[in-house]
Amino acid sequence: MKPIRIVAVSAGLGRPSSTRLLADRLAEATGRELESGERPVETRVVELRDLAGAIADNMVTGFPAPALREVIEEVTEADGLIAVTPIFTASYSGLFKSFFDVIDNAALRGKPVLIAATGGTPRHSLALEHALRPMFSYLRATVAPTAVYAASEDWGGGDTRHDELSARIGRAARELAHLVRTRPETAGADTEAVVPFQEHLASLGLD
Amino acid sequence: MSAVQFGIFTVGDVTTDPTTGRTPTERERIKAMVTIALKAEEVGLDVFATGEHHNPPFVPSSPTTMLGWIAARTERLLLSTSTTLITTNDPVKIAEDFAMLQHLADGRVDLMLGRGNTGPVYPWFGQDIRQGIPLAIENYALLHKLWREDVVDWQGRFRTPLQGFTSTPRPMDGVPPFVWHGSIRSPEIAEQAAYYGDGFFHNNIFWPKEHTQKMVALYRERFAHYGHGTPEQAIVGLGGQVFMRKNSQDAVREFRPYFDNAPVYGHGPSLEEFTEQTPLTVGSPQQVIDRTLTFREYVGDYQRQLFLMDHAGLPLKTVLEQLDMLGEEVVPVLRKEFASGRPANIPDAPTHESLVARREAEAASA
Repeated sequence: MKPIRIVAVSAGLGRPSSTRLLADRLAEATGRELESGERPVETRVVELRDLAGAIADNMVTGFPAPALREVIEEVTEADGLIAVTPIFTASYSGLFKSFFDVIDNAALRGKPVLIAATGGTPRHSLALEHALRPMFSYLRATVAPTAVYAASEDWGGGDTRHDELSARIGRAARELAHLVRTRPETAGADTEAVVPFQEHLASLGLD
Repeated sequence: MSAVQFGIFTVGDVTTDPTTGRTPTERERIKAMVTIALKAEEVGLDVFATGEHHNPPFVPSSPTTMLGWIAARTERLLLSTSTTLITTNDPVKIAEDFAMLQHLADGRVDLMLGRGNTGPVYPWFGQDIRQGIPLAIENYALLHKLWREDVVDWQGRFRTPLQGFTSTPRPMDGVPPFVWHGSIRSPEIAEQAAYYGDGFFHNNIFWPKEHTQKMVALYRERFAHYGHGTPEQAIVGLGGQVFMRKNSQDAVREFRPYFDNAPVYGHGPSLEEFTEQTPLTVGSPQQVIDRTLTFREYVGDYQRQLFLMDHAGLPLKTVLEQLDMLGEEVVPVLRKEFASGRPANIPDAPTHESLVARREAEAASA
């Protein structure tokens, strides 16, 4: 049986990276939510840092180098996408945006997406709502209602904030899992069917 | 005639030579383009094609003027375009200009239609870029009719209607110039070429082979669908771009500063990455031969191979040396190799003579 594929994209730059850590936890939680179903689940976490040069090259040349093409295909063919960025200068990072800029703007239509971000302070959490959510709306993806923001203080051990982050991760993962499970079978089926030329002529009244 | 036509295509850009900092004047560039065309005939190439642009740093805004000049100074060279803007030119003027050129050049003319690469060109000519595909479809439908029907009534969405209009001169021998449809990304254009049984030119020079393969396969399949022959018999053209020296290390050393600074190549992938991922070949003539022979493996037997040679601000003298190598060392081997194993039912590259012969054969069998 074809596995359910969940791909998490992390635009974190540090090593180790809290953005990557958040992507890992969201991927794990989503995988756990889905593993009770019939289909096996595969999750993969991609770090855009490894593709930074290739993404810039793609902007210049108009086509992706092989390693980037492979990741773009993973993302566009996934059953669900987890997109995690650090908040830089009050918005998603340039690397994060550039990655989605080089993907065909029709390739994520109907894709279940969970959005998440990290930042040094909780004051930028609404960047998820004023930057990431509209971007994925433009791409006509289906974005889960819960967006997950983790500030530095959320990573502290054992206190209520940490529990709150875990609770948000769990809730967002359940929402993404639900979107993935209830996604219509035909969604994502590449509609590259050719429009017969007579239809082009007819639409111009030239038939 | 040639089974496969080999030639060159030029964008007509005025680009600073990064090694000297010198920028040719427009006049120098225009004269260089026609010198390159004459050289193409001298070294035994089959085709010269010029781009059409309406903004600096490009000079060829008036392709039939330039091609008419070249026609008068050549004997065999087939004159073409890369591309003629079917979206923003009036199809009536295209019909007239190219029919005129066809007579002057004794049939040595075809053209490649395209939609252009610059958004602002649409409003300069009173059009809307969002209508790019519908313009290409409607304008070509009219051009096709103007060249095949002596008296045309026409009403479309994009141009003023025609009543009892005859475009003059009529095509030579009643056979219109062959049309190639050039496209990089648009399946609609592959579909258009297939529908009419015209040629499809995939300008693959900045694209990985997987993409080229997909577009050509789509065109071939649809060509057969519309009853013009088998998929293998569809008429395919490809681009390519090369820089050669006897020793490949010399080629790389000499071309690198041009690559690194060229508006179209530079500041992205390295020369090595770019040559690996696209048809750009920088090396010995043998490397160019080997690389070009691989094109057939992923698009099938094809009819036209055009090389971009005057790119990245290379000086004229260098380009002429490149053409010597292309004509003397590369193309003769490619002709031989492309001929070997080419099935007999694959059509030769179309020419005015072959189109006249085909029409006569069709008339005889009808």
